[in-house]
Amino acid sequence: MKKNWWKILSLLLLIYTVVAGFLVAVPDLPIIHQSIRNLYFHVCMWFGMMILFIISFIYSIKYLRGFKLRNDIYARHYAAVGTVFGILGYVTGSIWANYTWLTDQSQSLGSVLKEPKLIGAAIALLIYGAYFVLRGSFTDMDKKARVSAVYNIFAFAMLFPSIWIIPRLVGSLHPGAPGSDSGNPALNAQKDLDAGMRMIFYPAVIGWTLLGVWIATLKIRLQLITDKTLLNDE
Amino acid sequence: MMNKFILRSLFCILGMLLSATGFAQDAGASADLMRSNGKIYVVVAVCLTILLGLFLYVFSIDRKISRLEKNKD
Repeated sequence: MKKNWWKILSLLLLIYTVVAGFLVAVPDLPIIHQSIRNLYFHVCMWFGMMILFIISFIYSIKYLRGFKLRNDIYARHYAAVGTVFGILGYVTGSIWANYTWLTDQSQSLGSVLKEPKLIGAAIALLIYGAYFVLRGSFTDMDKKARVSAVYNIFAFAMLFPSIWIIPRLVGSLHPGAPGSDSGNPALNAQKDLDAGMRMIFYPAVIGWTLLGVWIATLKIRLQLITDKTLLNDE
Repeated sequence: MMNKFILRSLFCILGMLLSATGFAQDAGASADLMRSNGKIYVVVAVCLTILLGLFLYVFSIDRKISRLEKNKD
């Protein structure tokens, strides 16, 4: 139980996120209104994804340094949970955009979803999707681990142009684009995010990320057990 | 085996108690709170229930894997 304190912390932070996230007053801006509360859920998915991908990237490098298969299993499962978080972020973003980006009901969602930010995020997720396809196409365990570790580093590097740089260079409805007065709510929080919201947003990011790490460790432990059984059967 | 049965019946009773308190709130004094502010507290209660349910689920998977790990070593 001593080692599990962070799991309890994750639960407590997420309870705080739900209670405070729904009940604490938020600034009422035009168009967005109360939907800004999505910041505690939608944005946290992307933060969680990024942190999980960083962990996966570190384990891939660790694998290439010592060729220990355990590190490859870690990298694979952190990338898997990161991808799930990314898909959840994408889906929740589409729902949010449906009610804030459309000027009238006759406009279709497809017409506003052709956004550099969204396309960049889709490319990033597809690159990670290819990582799992690549892993599945090898029969040799060591070759699989080696090639996919190199590919994982490439996939991580591709995150930077596709979700960090290009959306900052071209116009977008999403906050964080040049020319809009929205600034960057994610990283420039001191200026662009209400102080009260920051008090909920940061704990929310930690809570969701810890939940992701927890699920990843469960998947890793299960994989380690299965692999051990496989070896014993031979 | 017996342990599992006790745990399950405990969860069952807990669930019944929770739903009972939910009904009781309709008639009780806290009904005012649940119905205030456009009934936003109902949403909070629903989300908290889902969150707790998910965490109980993940916790139970965690315990099962721990048990498997013990058997293997």
